[in-house]
Order: sequence, then structure tokens, then C-alpha cells
Amino acid sequence: MGKITLNQVRKSFGEVDVIPGIDLSVEDGEFVVFVGPSGCGKSTLLRLIAGLEDTSGGIISIDGMDATDLPPAKRRLAMVFQSYALYPHMSVRKNIAFPLKMAGMDPAEQEKRVSHAAKILNLGAYLDRRPGQLSGGQRQRVAIGRAIVREPAAFLFDEPLSNLDAALRVSMRQEISELHQTLKTTMIYVTHDQVEAMTMADKIVVLNAGRIEQVGSPMELYRSPANLFVAGFIGSPKMNLIDGAEADKHGATTIGIRPEHIDIGGDGPWEGVVGLSEHLGSDTFLKVNAGTLGTLTVRASGEVMMHHGDSIRMSPQPGKILRFGADGKAMA
Amino acid sequence: MARKASNTRKAVVTIAAWSIGFLIFFPILWIIILGFKSEGDAIKTPLQVLFSDWTLQSYHDVQARSNYGRHFWNSVILSVGSTVIALAIAIPAAWSMAFVPGRRTKDLLMWMLSTKMMPAVGVLVPMYLLFRDFGLLDSRIGLVGVLTLINLPIVVWMLYTYFKEIPGEILEAARMDGASLKSEILYVLTPMAVPGIASTMLLNIILAWNEAFWTLQLTTSQAAPLTQFIASYSSPEGLFYAKLSAASTMAIAPILILGWFSQKQLVRGLTFGAVK
Amino acid sequence: MATAHSRTAARLMLSPAVILLLLWMIVPLGMTLYFSFLRYNLLMPGMETFVGFENYYYFINQPAFWSALSNTLILVLGVLCITVVGGILLALLLDQPFWGQGIVRVLVIAPFFVMPTVSALVWKNMFMNPVNGIFAHIAKSLGLQPFDFLSHAPLASIILIVAWQWLPFATLILLTALQSLDREQQEAAEMDGAGWMQRFVYLTVPHLTRSITVVILIQTIFLLSVFAEILVTTNGGPGTASTNLTYLVYAQSLLNYDVGGGSAGGIIAVILANIVAIFLMRMIGKNLEA
Repeated sequence: MGKITLNQVRKSFGEVDVIPGIDLSVEDGEFVVFVGPSGCGKSTLLRLIAGLEDTSGGIISIDGMDATDLPPAKRRLAMVFQSYALYPHMSVRKNIAFPLKMAGMDPAEQEKRVSHAAKILNLGAYLDRRPGQLSGGQRQRVAIGRAIVREPAAFLFDEPLSNLDAALRVSMRQEISELHQTLKTTMIYVTHDQVEAMTMADKIVVLNAGRIEQVGSPMELYRSPANLFVAGFIGSPKMNLIDGAEADKHGATTIGIRPEHIDIGGDGPWEGVVGLSEHLGSDTFLKVNAGTLGTLTVRASGEVMMHHGDSIRMSPQPGKILRFGADGKAMA
Repeated sequence: MARKASNTRKAVVTIAAWSIGFLIFFPILWIIILGFKSEGDAIKTPLQVLFSDWTLQSYHDVQARSNYGRHFWNSVILSVGSTVIALAIAIPAAWSMAFVPGRRTKDLLMWMLSTKMMPAVGVLVPMYLLFRDFGLLDSRIGLVGVLTLINLPIVVWMLYTYFKEIPGEILEAARMDGASLKSEILYVLTPMAVPGIASTMLLNIILAWNEAFWTLQLTTSQAAPLTQFIASYSSPEGLFYAKLSAASTMAIAPILILGWFSQKQLVRGLTFGAVK
Repeated sequence: MATAHSRTAARLMLSPAVILLLLWMIVPLGMTLYFSFLRYNLLMPGMETFVGFENYYYFINQPAFWSALSNTLILVLGVLCITVVGGILLALLLDQPFWGQGIVRVLVIAPFFVMPTVSALVWKNMFMNPVNGIFAHIAKSLGLQPFDFLSHAPLASIILIVAWQWLPFATLILLTALQSLDREQQEAAEMDGAGWMQRFVYLTVPHLTRSITVVILIQTIFLLSVFAEILVTTNGGPGTASTNLTYLVYAQSLLNYDVGGGSAGGIIAVILANIVAIFLMRMIGKNLEA
């Protein structure tokens, strides 16, 4: 079981309110991703849940029990750190067994669990090496191994992939997702990378300046962002945000349209001059200077060949324009 | 990438460096040589000394005075004892300052260093009287206490700079893994800091071994370490060059070897991590 | 970045060190302060009377005090000059590529590990002795009159001995600093057309400032209280020619048994050391933060 509930949880460092007050509920077995720009308080929030920081107010409960004042060890949570935080003086085997040893578990049972974890994570061949002799991806797996042997109520991940190179990041992302499918344990995952958030999460929590901007499934956030911040943060390349006369036409202060929702060619209502075209092979991203609309990013198919200076016409796909009011919130 | 220096230049530098190194080392070399000469030969001119016969007589004589062994053991007990006690007090303190720093941590460290600046002579009289009244004069226990206290600031500082380099996340991971504070320090921090703790230990053994104010003031014979033993040669006995040399060699050899062994760490230690 | 629980633990674990050092600072120093206002002679126990600042008056007004003060300063400054300048030159030399670097390093660092009583005795007897010392042998072989260093230039001789002990330390630290010089920065400066001299003045010297500060700080701590070297070589003499403040206080309290006067001297030494310390702490505080 691993249901985590935050009730008006606050954190301030001295005078500064890092987290002014958060309510959130994480269901058992859910994969929840905290995402937001650096300094938004997502790591602090995770550390509050872990018990590595004291809350300044509010209640954290785990499986219905008040855990606000419990020390980290008593919360039945396991954490994977950004730097992996492996014990450099212990072999992989001892690293993974450390939490079991701390719990005073019988050595035979320890050994059983370690080999089980090693099998799941493909670490069998490395059990007697030191962390220093492993690659980044292998270290990451050891860190995960150390977390899973305890069979915790929930896993906490603090930007675990940010030290890996791009290719490894993709495969580790899949491994963690598969692990979640297998274990069906609650996972809370912190990242600043919205791609990780979109691909892994059951539920995304978008944080900004210590506040929750929106909570929802990846597609909900993609289709109907609650406000301009989420609109701008989720999706890559970023959503085009247009204000002024064009927005007025739709009765909004700002309108948003995703690059993939703009068609080019024909006799679309918007026109512009291509500034830059990035050919990725499968897709082509065009930066179009569209006069009063500003610079628009447009996604076209990979076969479209456009060059700097070409004039084009564009039309937004029907029903894909999002409208935002003066307060930045989405309009119905 | 460094370019290849010309061999002539390298040869010139080699000669200069070796000459200066030899000059600086010469006094030590000289006592080592004199220790293996007879008293009669030891006072001759340097060239005559070099070509005279070698003998172990002086070492036998120093052994025969018999108290060398006691002074040697006193030195070992005083330096190792005070260092171990200082480490036991300093490891938790350095843990606190490195991993749970407060606003006052820097000030606290500076204050600790400043106690090191208090001239020993300022408290010589009361320490002497306290030692006299508590019957601690010429006792190892009293001196171990004093040496512990005078080296404590340096031990704390050194450990602090070493601990600072251990990522806090690892200790947090241990906490998440259910380690108590004791296990965290015992099973995670201490093994990771072994190199730092070892060099702190070496440096402080060296400093305590060579400490020559309190050891000279507070001991006479029973607890006297090698500093006192050698100082006794400042009387006319100093004229027995060969014996003095043999005794000196025996007094400095252990620490010289230890020092060579730890010279890299010594720099970091003595500069409180300010120079790496 | 921690919880209330770990902060409490931290305070608990910090307290033994802090309490011990606090006691070490306050108890003996308080006693010294108290004694300094008494007429207190160990040869006349039970005769202690309160005399106000009389001890200070007599301590400062004895001729030996002023010579001890100037000797202390000359000793500290003399050794600092020799070791810093010598250390820089030596470090620059040893930083060049040459054969046997490791061995020479070991030779140069060795004097630092020699206990003060040994080095003082060795220099006194084997080198500076006017009859059998090496210097005397050399002088005689050149047909010169041997010079009695410790009688005729006692303070300079002690400076030489102490400098020999501390030169390795300065050299080693400055050498380490030199080796951490950013080679790319040097090469960039070379590409920019800076000559050897310019690179030394604009890159090397600023880089060394911090280490020189450290050398001065650490050495001053130890040099202010040089004792053993004086005790075994000159006993502060001839007269008071090589008596420093530390030695004077020792002589007053334990040789003359004048605890009151010695304590007053001790307090004066602490005040002087504090003046130097504040000055140094400012300097190092600035340099250590960076």
C-alpha cells in the first residue's frame, strides 16, 4: 500500500516561503511526476515527503497515518537520488543490502532479496564490484536496486536521469516505467524535463514558485492546460501564444496554438516569412515571422522543404485554439 | 600539454635542485652519519669524519642509558593517545559542522582556530599550578589531556574540510535506508572519510610528537617524551657528538618516515584545506 | 538543510568539543588574570596579597621586557621573510621539470619533521660550536678565526635555526599552489603575447597570494611561541639578547618563582597575540572565503 496525502503542507526557509501551502493526494500504485522549472520547489516537496526536511506546517500522511514528524527511516519510503548517492566503499551487493542490514534482517533473507533485485535489474554480474567501477546507467540501477529490496510503500525519485547522456536517458526512462508496471508500487518522480513527465506519468503535477499550477494526466495537460504557465511548459516545441488583435477575434486576452496544429499552404488566414527551418528527418520545425502575430513555431512533415525567406500561408486547425483570459487562466 | 623542456635546461635545474635539497637535508644527514662514528672521530673535520671507521658503539651507549626506551614509549603514548582522543571528540563535531551547518558555523570554526593562537605561555603558570595541585606533573595522563586540547582545533578543522567533500546526499540516502545516526557515522561517513581521517591522524601525531613547550614544562622524567630526553643533552653532555647524534636519529627517525609518507596530505591538513 | 531532529543531534555532538575548548580557554586564562593582580611568589607561599596593576608595572618597566618584545618581533618577521622569499624561489625551482623530483621533495621537506629540541641541539653543537662545529672547521680551513655564533649573534643564529625548520613548510605549500596553476590560463596568456615575467606578475603571483597568506598565518601562530630552540641553545642569553616574550615569562615564573609577575607577562603576551591574531584573521578570513 502506498497512498500519500499532503494537507496544506508548507515550507519556509527563514523569511522565504518556498512552498506556501500544498494539497495533493497520490493514490496507491500511481506514477506521479512533479515537474516544473528549476527552483519551483519540486525537490523540496519531495524531500518533505521523504522526511529529509521538516515541514513548516501542514500534515503529510502515508496510508492514512500521520507521518509529518516521523524520521525518514520510519516512513517506509525509498529514494533514488540525482547523484545516485551510492556508498563508494561498499560493493554493489553491500550497497543493495544496506537498508536490509539496517533493518536487522536475517542474512539469508538479505541474500535472497539482493539476488532477486539483481535479477530484475540485470546486475548479477556486477554484485562484487564497487560503484566506482560501474557506468552511469549501472550505478543508477544499483540505486534503484537499493530502493526496491526494502519493498517500500512508495519510491521517490529525485531527477534520477539528469546525470546520464541522452541515449541512456531514454532507455533508463523505459526501464523505470517497466519497473513500475512490474512492481505496481507508488512512485513519485521529480524532473524538470517535461518529456520525462509526459512519457512516464499516470499523473503530472506542474509546480511553479511552490504552487501547484495543475494536476492531471499527461493528455489532459496537453489538451487543456489550465493556464498560460502549463500551456507554455508542457509540449515540445512550445505552444505558440498570441495576443493582441488576433486574440480579441476569439474573445480572449491570449490564444494558444500548438506547432503541430498549424497547417501550412493553401490559403490560410495567417501569412509569414520563414526565418529558420530545422529538419529533424521525421519532422520539420519552422520558425515563421508572422508580422503582428509574432514569431510562430510550426511543425510540418519531414518532407516539407522550406528555406529562409520563403513566404507561406498558414491556417490553425479547427477547434485546436486555446483561449486564455486576462488572469492567465483558460477560458471555457 | 606541456612542451618538452630542453635537456640542457633540465640538467641545470636538476643540479640546482639537488644541491639545494642536499644543503637543506645536510644537518639531518650529518647526525645520521655522526651517530655511526666513535666519539673521538665525531669531532674531527668533516672530511676526516667521512673517512673514519663506522661503529654502532653510540647506539649501544644510548641503549645502555636505558631510559631511551621509556622516553620513546612516552612519545608514542602521548602522541597517539592525544590524537585518538582528539579524533573521538572531533569526528562528531566535524560531522555537525559539515552536514548540519548553521549561521554560526563559520564563526565557530574561526573561534576554534583562535584558541590555537593563544600563546601557551599565557596559561603556563596556572597550568603548572593545576598540574602540581592535582599531582599531574610528570604524568602521562595530564600531558595527554593538554596535547589533546591544543591539537583539537586543528583536528576539527581538518576533518571538517575533508567531510565537506563528502556529498550530503549519501548520508541522506543512509537515513532513508533506515540508518540511525550512529550507523550513519559508523558505517557510511567514517569509512568514506578514511583517507582524510588517516592524514589528520598522521599530522597530529607528528605535531604532538614534536611538541616542545608543554612536554618540557610539565614533565621531568617518568612521563618525559623524547623532546625532554634530547633536551637533557643541552648540558655539557651535548659535547658527546656521537651519542647525541645516535639519540637524535632514534628520536626523529619514526616521525621522519611517517612524515614522508604523508607529505601530500600534510599540506591540505596544515592549511585547513585552503590550498589543495 | 536538515530536520529539527538532526539539528538537535548536531548540537549534542558539537558540544563536547566546544565545551572542552571553552574550558581550556577560560579556566587557565582566568587564573592567569587573577594571579597577575597578586603578589605571589612560589618561594613564599601563603603570602599572596592583592597589588592591583603593580605586576604589570614592574613587568613592563624591566629593561628585559622591551628587548624581549623586540626580539619576539624580529624573530617572527625574520623567519617569515626568509621562509616566504626562500619558499617562493625554491617552489619555483622545484616546479620545473627535472630528474629525481620525488627524492628532492623528500629531502627538502625533512627538516619540518625534526623535533625543535633536536634541531636546536644539532645546530648548536655540530654546526655553530666554535671549536668542533662544521662552520668552525670550514673557517679554520680557510685560515679564518672561527665565529662563536651563539655568543655573538644569538638572535640571528636562532632565526637561522627556526627558518631552517619552517622553510620546508613554506616551500611545500607554495609548490602545491604552483602545481594547481591553471595550465590553460597560462597558455592563453602566452597566446595573448604575455612574456615569462608578465605571466609571473599577473598570473602566478595573484594565484599564490592565498597560499602566502596561509603560510604567514600558520607560521605566525607557531613562531610567536618559539621556546624549545631558545631553551636548549642560549637560555635567552647572553643577557637578554635572545630572550623572547615566551622565554621571559617562563624565566620570570618558573626560574624566579614570581608567579604574579609571570602571569602579568602572560596576559601581556595574550593581548599582543590577539592583536596579531585579529589582524591575521581579517586577512585570512578574506582569503579563505574565496
